[in-house]
Formats: sequence, structure tokens, C-alpha cells
Amino acid sequence: MKKLINNPENVVRESLEGVADAHADILRVNYDPNFVVRTDAPVRGKVGVISGGGSGHEPMHGGFVGFGMLDAACPGAVFTSPTPDQMLEATKAVNGGAGVLHIVKNYTGDVLNFEMAADLARAEGIEVEAVVTNDDVAVQDSLYTAGRRGVGVTVLAEKITGAAAEQRRSLKEVAEVCRKVNAQGRSMGMALTSCTVPHAGKPTFELPEDEMEIGIGIHGEPGRKRMKIASASEIAEMLTKPIIEDLPFKSGDEVLVFMNGMGGTPLIELYLMYNEVNKILSGHGIKATRRLIGSYITSLEMAGCSVTLVKLDDELTRLWDAPVKTPALRWGI
Amino acid sequence: MTISRDAVLEWLKAFAVAIETQKDYLTQLDSEIGDADHGANMTRGLKACVEALPSVADKDIGSVFKAVGMKLISTVGGASGPLYGTLFLQMATTSNGKLELSLAEWVATLEAGINGVLTRGRANLGDKTMIDALSPALVALKTAAANGASLSEALRLSAEACAAGRDATIPLVAKKGRASYLGERSAGHQDPGATSSAIMLQTIAEVWGKA
Repeated sequence: MKKLINNPENVVRESLEGVADAHADILRVNYDPNFVVRTDAPVRGKVGVISGGGSGHEPMHGGFVGFGMLDAACPGAVFTSPTPDQMLEATKAVNGGAGVLHIVKNYTGDVLNFEMAADLARAEGIEVEAVVTNDDVAVQDSLYTAGRRGVGVTVLAEKITGAAAEQRRSLKEVAEVCRKVNAQGRSMGMALTSCTVPHAGKPTFELPEDEMEIGIGIHGEPGRKRMKIASASEIAEMLTKPIIEDLPFKSGDEVLVFMNGMGGTPLIELYLMYNEVNKILSGHGIKATRRLIGSYITSLEMAGCSVTLVKLDDELTRLWDAPVKTPALRWGI
Repeated sequence: MTISRDAVLEWLKAFAVAIETQKDYLTQLDSEIGDADHGANMTRGLKACVEALPSVADKDIGSVFKAVGMKLISTVGGASGPLYGTLFLQMATTSNGKLELSLAEWVATLEAGINGVLTRGRANLGDKTMIDALSPALVALKTAAANGASLSEALRLSAEACAAGRDATIPLVAKKGRASYLGERSAGHQDPGATSSAIMLQTIAEVWGKA
């Protein structure tokens, strides 16, 4: 294992200390329990929006704390859900009297820990709603599994929902916007290489030099199939086709295209892939009207990408365009 | 015969030791169908619980269970933290204010805990989870109590049923948790949560049943 670390045990803490100093104009970091929170929290009369999950997916979620997006984020250990005491303290810190929304990725650990936190917060008199994102079409959704995983849509939902909260909409309305983004969004990812969790010290899975994993999860969970490496246009087809068929996206739809890097893939390849995806969309009469290209929901140093499409309407487009000021996303300000 | 508060404290320490001893085994089971952290997470959580015990050592059993539950929730992480945490928090509701538990009271306490896990995790029998070990343990405990078995005999039968339930998870296809993503590929592997639950009931039988 070759990593820029001192001690695997201290990776999360020492990284948070860097975040706190680098972005002191936007956020502060609370330790024990760990959470990242806007400097101006709680914002009176505004719904607080928080999220959280295992570390190792940076910039998600801490990099999305700031005006127009998240009020707070709770980082767990690498690839391990944070605990309810973190979410409870973060919920209290961002409660401006209008209630708090929890945005939760559909992983059993995340869901259970956030549910406990919501119970504890309600017991303290704070109104809490939760929206669980589950956009990964690589996982068959059925009564017989934990359901689809929450992946790329989470980033877009945090931006759009944060904008709705900034307009002082009610908790119910803000949650409704978040559910709408999730309902109209689908994702699929792939890996070219594995990743190494610092305290594990060895790659999460083995992937031969000439193979790739289609449908990979953001913790290196197995996907739909392992196969020989293909061209970018073929990979774009393998990722985009199941997404289009699933919603389904139809001719005439306007979409937000999120071409995400898994952490170890350069921007030159992400733009090349975006171009391939765009060609496929055009072929279906689907129009990309907004885009996000870069590594925003990552799996440590894994090479690979994911594609997320969200069907847009005027409301979602306006909320996407609204000003945002966070370490990782910043425009209109 | 009853279960004293000191016996409860002694059991929690024994449970922590047994989990640490089996840490690598639990992690190995979890790496086959989960995310390879069950051994490390449970060891870390129970260690924190044992460190917190002196602060509640003179309190009632409910206070001890509540402190353990809160500690597990804040230190274990993953799905096991909320599930084991809920088990202890719910066990605290029926043991609140008590300095000792009769067999009948232990039955009610374990039942409250397991019902909490069922509500929190929404798992059914046969989903390849800790419930597949805990539910048979409760049934055996209840049956033994109804048949007039002694405390130690009832605890032994309960631990045996728990171990049998753990073994019975091997052929099951997981329907909850991260293992469910593997579908049919999860069959043939023993569930790590059912395994740690069997360790829990085994240490109970050993510590509370010895007197």
C-alpha cells in the first residue's frame, strides 16, 4: 500500500483538520462526535439539510457543506457509516427552527444509523424528515434485497435540495424536492482498478490488467459483470442504456448529465466519456441541458466512472442553477 | 436462582473477551459476504462498553444495559451498531430499576430486546441475519422456563438453540444487509451477525449458569 498517510487510524481526523483550515470561511469542523458544519449554522427559519456516510468518497459529503447545499455532513470511518451521536449533534447544530432533512444513501448501515438519530432528535423536539436515495440501476430492486444503492444522484439531490431550503421552503416541501430528484434520477458505475482501504492495507478486490467491473458500487462491491476492457464508446453504451431503459428516459426529455470520476480517473477521460454519453443521448432524442463533470462521489483511488442522469423540469433546473458556495461546488456567487 | 447485577457486569466483560478472541473469525466470515469489518467493529464497541462499566457499576441492571446500548450505538458503526445498540436499549426498558432478574424477567428482557431488533432491522426469520440465531434462542428460553427448568438449564438450552440457528444460516440466501446484493452467491456462508449473537448467548449461559 502506497498512500500519503501517517497512520491508517488517523486518516479521517487528520484530513478533517486540513478541511477545517482550508475552508474556514465556509465551514468549521466539530470533533468527537465528528461533523462538518456551515459557519453560519443554524440559519434561523431555514430547513437544515444534512447528510453523511463513510469517508473515502470525498468531496462527498463534507465538500458540499456551505451556502446553497448542505448545512452539515457527518463523516464515518473509511467506508463505514457514521454513528447516530454524530447525526444527532449535527441535527441540533443546524436546526434553525424549521426542521432538519436527512439525506441518506441506501446502505443498510447508513439507513439504520440515520433512523436512530432521527428518533433521538425527535425525542428532543426537533422535526426531522429523511429521504433515502436509491438510484443505482446495477442492483436489482426487489423485496428480496436491501434495495438499490444510493450513489451519484445523492450529489445532485444535495445541491438541488439545498437550493430549495435556501428559498425558505418548508421541511415538507424541501423533502418533496429531494424525493423528486431521486425519483427522476438513475446511475450506473464501472471500475478499471480496485481501491485500497487504509486500515485494510490491500486492494478491496482483484481486477486483472485487461478486465473491468461493470455496475460497481462505491465501496468496490461487485457489480453486474466482470469482462474484458472495451472502448470508451462501448463502455458508455453499457452504462447509459440500462439507465435510459430503467426510468425510462424518453425522446424529448431534458436531462442533467453527471459524469463522475471514481477518484483515479483523469478529467481528460471523463470529458471523453461525457462526449460518448452525449452522443448516445442525442441518438435517443434526449437533450443534455445541464452537466456536472468531475470526481465528486469517489471510491478512494479507484479508476473508473459513473453516469447519472436526472430528468429536469423548469423547477429543478432553476434550483440547480441557484447560487452555491461550498469547497467542491461553487457558482453564481 | 436469579441473575444479579454483578453477574450482568461479569457477563459483559466475558462477552467482550469472547468477541475479541473471535475477532479474526468474525471478520473472515464478514469478508465473504459483507464488508469485512464485523470483528473489528464489535471488538471496538464492546471494549468501549467495558471501559464505561465502572460508571454504572453501582446502578440497576436497566442503567447498565442503557449505558451499553448507547456506547454500542456511538462506537460500532455499520448496521451492527444500531442493531446491537437497540437490543440493549430495549432490554433496559424491562430491567429498569432492577438489581436482579428472575428467569421469567430475563425472558421478558430478552424478548423486548429482540423485538427492538426486529423493528429496527425489519428482518424476518430466514433472511440470514442475527434474528435467525436470536429468535430460536428466545423460543428455547421461553419453553424451558414454561417447563420449569432451572436458570442454568434454561440458559444452556437457549445458547444451544442460538448456535443451531447460527449454523442454519449457512445455506440461506441473504435478504437483508450488504450480503443481499450477492443474491444466490450468499448461500454457503455463515452469517457474521448470527455468529456474534451466538457468542453472546454462549457467554450468558457460561457466566450466569455457573452458580
